[in-house]
Parts: sequence; structure tokens; C-alpha cells
Amino acid sequence: MTLIRRAILTSAFSVALVAGAQAEPYRIGVLTDMSGMNYDLSGKGSEVAAQMAVEDFGGTLLGENIEVIVGDHQNKPDVGSTLARRWIDEQNVIAIADVPTSSVALAVQEITRQSDTALLISTAGSSALTGASCSPSTAQWTWDTYALANGTGRAMTLEGDKKWFFLTVDYTFGHALEADTAAAVEAAGGTVVGQVMHPRETSDFSSYLLQAQASGADVIALANSSGDTMTALKQAEEFGITAGGQNIAGMLLFLTDVNGVGLDIAQNLTLTTAFYWDMNDETRAWSERFGERMDGKMPTMVHAGVYSAVMNYLKAAEATGQVKSGSRVMETMRGMDIDDFFNRNASLRKDGRVVHDMYLVQVKTPEESAGPWDYYKVLRTIPGAEAFRPLDKSDCPLIDG
Amino acid sequence: MTMIFGVPLVVLTGQVMIGLINGSFYALLSLGLAVIFGLLRVVNFAHGAFYMLGAFVAWMLGQYLGLGYWGSLLIAPIIVGLAGALVERTMLRRLYDLDHLYGLLFTFGLALLLEGVFQHLYGVSGKPFSAPVEMRGVVRTDFVTVPVYRGWVVVASLLICFGTWALIEKTKIGSYLRAATEDSILVQAFGVNVPLLLTLTYAFGCGLAGIAGVLAAPIFQVSPTMGSNMIIIIFAVVVVGGMGSILGAIATGYLLGLVEGLTKVFYPEAANIAIFVIMAIVLLLRPAGLFGKEN
Repeated sequence: MTLIRRAILTSAFSVALVAGAQAEPYRIGVLTDMSGMNYDLSGKGSEVAAQMAVEDFGGTLLGENIEVIVGDHQNKPDVGSTLARRWIDEQNVIAIADVPTSSVALAVQEITRQSDTALLISTAGSSALTGASCSPSTAQWTWDTYALANGTGRAMTLEGDKKWFFLTVDYTFGHALEADTAAAVEAAGGTVVGQVMHPRETSDFSSYLLQAQASGADVIALANSSGDTMTALKQAEEFGITAGGQNIAGMLLFLTDVNGVGLDIAQNLTLTTAFYWDMNDETRAWSERFGERMDGKMPTMVHAGVYSAVMNYLKAAEATGQVKSGSRVMETMRGMDIDDFFNRNASLRKDGRVVHDMYLVQVKTPEESAGPWDYYKVLRTIPGAEAFRPLDKSDCPLIDG
Repeated sequence: MTMIFGVPLVVLTGQVMIGLINGSFYALLSLGLAVIFGLLRVVNFAHGAFYMLGAFVAWMLGQYLGLGYWGSLLIAPIIVGLAGALVERTMLRRLYDLDHLYGLLFTFGLALLLEGVFQHLYGVSGKPFSAPVEMRGVVRTDFVTVPVYRGWVVVASLLICFGTWALIEKTKIGSYLRAATEDSILVQAFGVNVPLLLTLTYAFGCGLAGIAGVLAAPIFQVSPTMGSNMIIIIFAVVVVGGMGSILGAIATGYLLGLVEGLTKVFYPEAANIAIFVIMAIVLLLRPAGLFGKEN
């Protein structure tokens, strides 16, 4: 609540600035969850990452100062849309970044489409954002449900886990993740033997786990996120699911989730991620700078994604020479070579998808881990073209035109 | 596989067990709430926060002092109870003479404050907490699959619930408490220290929430929001059982746990609202609750 109050105060203060000051800075609005279950994986870290990008860029764009503001959308589409509209109309926000929770991101995308404001999506992962709902001023930077489904779903099916059971969170994101994973599993020769929907922020998964256990599936796939995934993993361990011969697939697992649930429970899980801090000197160097501002916490893939998205947006805006039209900045970005510590061999496609390498990783056992945040072994690099949905399979209306 | 109403028997009996386990938490928490409301007439919205505090104190005792689960189960509720006593002595006490609404607002604010502080310190992802080694594993029979630890939770909760009921209904201090509920001025005139009784009652209620928190730590993620996820259901349980009714809170806790578990088998989408539908029906037919007295 204090955060909401702070958000209200800062926005009131900014309105006062509009009235008083003449040269108003360009603002990057980090729209995120500052009070709920996405706070650790996105939240404060996304604000810090955006701030770092602005500082590294030099703090000014086309002669104006750049300022990062943050808003708490409480995972509610209506709160998110209201904030986004106010930012764009009254506070000179030129780009909105991050936006966890697909349902909120889809709502905000309708507003940024109308106002032609840049939307730099890092946390939201529904593949619909660059599919049927795609927008010319959007870049979906970090991951999407198709890429995770394709990475983890394909890899596990090919390794012999043929029969899948889905435990799916009942909203946009869960539906997309399940549909994409089921398609990847079936394409690799597997079958789906059942599924059960659960509401968001469920505290007890035992009923669903029992149904999954009774289904005779080889794999129980968790098509949910953060708090729900952690509780489900913990309770699956308690019910002896893996001891009983079934595997668990965490379709979306963030580094903070693994940290929260502990290696005892998360060990040996296979997952797909866009980024891991301990891959090379560049990722380590950036992550250590991030850690210094975050009490030693290491960044998740979406934190690194926010930094990279904001940085590349600023470069493209500078090159375009204007910020009013988000879609023109994106057009410039499409012609740019995107290559930094986060994005290897990346490019922005017409549907808004940023295509880059993804990584299939396995969670270390407690014995393998050297300490806090030393959690992943990289099994394989999945080239961008293989990881993301090919354009000819996309239902984005922008592709033909 | 044996089927009943098109549902495998294993799943059905499993759900009944799960209903009992969840019911144990509902019963423990609503019991504390009922005890506090019965005597203090305070609707303790901070109850979920004290439950969360119990889990976090247990985690801290393990993390910083190396105390095991059993030690924490004993000490964490005492610490939570002391925290409750402090709150009652320094703040809540001043609100007794005002409208009930003030107590409600105060405890609601306190819950937000506690949640905010823990979120600031520890984030929302929560902390890992494992069941004691001797309680890991699963009992598997043809009819039912139960983790050993959850079985312990049911036993512990039954013992604590009926222990509390006996304490209030069958002992001398319990009789003071019941008398003070009826007419605190008269009881004070008989030489009973009513203010102390109020403090002890609030501390005891909070301590019960603390016990539930420690019991819950190995099952749910130890996180700042674990209490607010639970508190709304607990209030529904108390309303269905009848505000202030001790036995009502216990019985309704288990009953609604079972109903919720069975809903998850037959119509999972409705599991979240089953309890509230029952609450609405009960309020319509028996406004004082299943076990409550009209007054």
C-alpha cells in the first residue's frame, strides 16, 4: 500500500511539474507489479534496470533529460490501462516498459496502439501480444509462451516423456502457454492426456496434483507462474510425484522462483530461459552492477530484458530523431543490429517479436551449487529462428501489409 | 479402477483427506478469531498477518538460530502471542470504548503494515521451509495418498482445537472468560482482573494463528502474502459458524474444508466460490450462523 501511495504522490508531483516547469523531461514509464506476486521477478528490479539503461545511455535524448517513473498496476488490467493513459496524456511518457501479467499487457497494448507510443514488453509472455493482437509500436523483448513451449516441451518429449498432463492457471497467459506447449508436444510425437485449470494465486494444489497423479501421465506440466509455480512445486514434492516416477515441467520458471522454493525442491528441473547471469564475462559484469543496487540479488531474464529493451529503444529514438511516433522508432529498430550482453544475434520482426537465442537449462543440485544464485547449468543454446514462432505461422495482421 | 459418480475412488478419498487438511487450518485460524471476537468484540483483521508472522518467525528461528521444526513449533507461537499482547496493551486497548469499526480498521491497517514490512525485507517470493526429516514421505494405500506431514497437521490441529474448547468450557479460567463475555463489569466487581484477561485472550488468539503459521510453513510457501490469501476464507468460516461460537468455528472449519475439497473434484472452477455460496445461503436462512445465538 505504501507503494501505491508513493505512486500516487509521484504522479501528483509530476502533474504539478507539468504546470510549473517549461522543459519537461522525456519519461520512460516502468509499469509493473510493485505489491503482488510478480514483485520479485519484475517489480523493483525492472525499475532499477530501466534506470541503469538511462544512465548508461547518458541521461539525455535529443537534448532533453530522460526520467524513469514507475507505476504499480496491481496485476489489474483496468488499473494498468488507466495509469498508461494518464502517463501518455499528461506526463510526457514516450515509452512504457516491462508490464508483467499478459492480461494487463494486452489492455495496455490497445492504448499504446491508439496513441502510437512505444511499448517495450519484457515480463508479459502471451504469444498473442505479437500474434493476433500485434501492434506496430510494440516490441516483445524477452520471451513468449511459444518459445518456452517449444524449448521445454520439445526437449522433454524427445527425451521420452510422451504423455503430458497440464496444470494451467486460468487466464490469458495460462491458456496461451498450455496451447503452445500442447502443440509443441504433439509435433514432437507426444500426447496430452488431461488438464485442469486453477485460479490465480491458489494456495493449495493438492487436489489438482492428485488428479494429475491419477492420470498416468509421464510429465505434469505447470502452465502457471511465480507464486503458483512455487507452491505447486513444493506440494508436488510433498506428494512424492517425482518419487513416483512422474516428471515435473516448470514451463515458466524465473531465477527468483528457484531461489524462493530452494534447490532441494527445484533440483534437476529442465526449463527454458532467455538469460542467465552467469553465462559469460559480459552477463556477469552487468549482473554484478545490478546486484550492487539490489542487495546482492541477481537479475531474472526480464530484468536484463528491460535494460536491453530501454537501451535499444533510446538508441533507435536518437537515430530516428523523434519520439512522438512509437511505430517509427520501431521501424528504425528493425533496421538495426541488436547485439548486447542480453541479445545475441537479435532482430526485431514486423510482428513486434524480438528474435534472439534462448537457452535450455537445468537446475543444479544443492551439491553442484556454489551458493546463493548459482542455480543453472546451460544444456543447450536454442537459436532464435528455432526458438520463436516463425512468421508464416503467425496470425499477426501486420505481416501481410 | 473403482469409480464413484464417474470419479476414481482414489481421487475422491484423496479429496476428502485434503478437505480435512485444509479444514484443519480453517478451524485453527477461525478458532482464534472466534475467541477474540467472543471476548473482545474485535473483528481481528490482523489474524492473517499473525499467521504469516508465525511462519516467518519459524523460518527466522531456523535461519538465524539453527532451531529445528519442533523447537520452532513451540517457540514461534509464544513469540507471536507476545507480539499480540504488545499490540493489545499499547494500541488495541484504547479502542474498546469506541465503535467496533475502529477496531476493525486498526487491525486491518496493522495487517497491511506487517505485510508491507515483510515484503520490503524479504520480497514476495517467500522462503524455503522443509518438513522435518522424520515427517517426509507419503503414505500410499489403494484408497488414499497422504503425505505424512499433512497427516500430522490434521492430528495436531484436532488436538489443539479440542484442547482450546476444553480450556474454555471446562476450566476455571475458561469460566471467567465466559463470564466476562456475558458481563465484564460484574466479573470485574468479583475481583477478576478483566484487563489482564483481555490481553491474555488476544495473545492466545494470536498465538493460535502463530501455531497455524508454523504448521503451514512446510506446505505453503512462507511468504508475506500467505495470510491475506487465507483471511477472507477464514472470515467466511466464522460467519457461517456463527460469530464468537467456539465449537461453531471448529466444526465449520472442517466442514467447509471438506465441501471445498469435494467441489474441486466435481466442478473445479467453482472451488474458489463454494465457501462463499454457502456463506450467502447460511446468512439468508440463519443470519446468526449455523451455531450462533440470535441476540
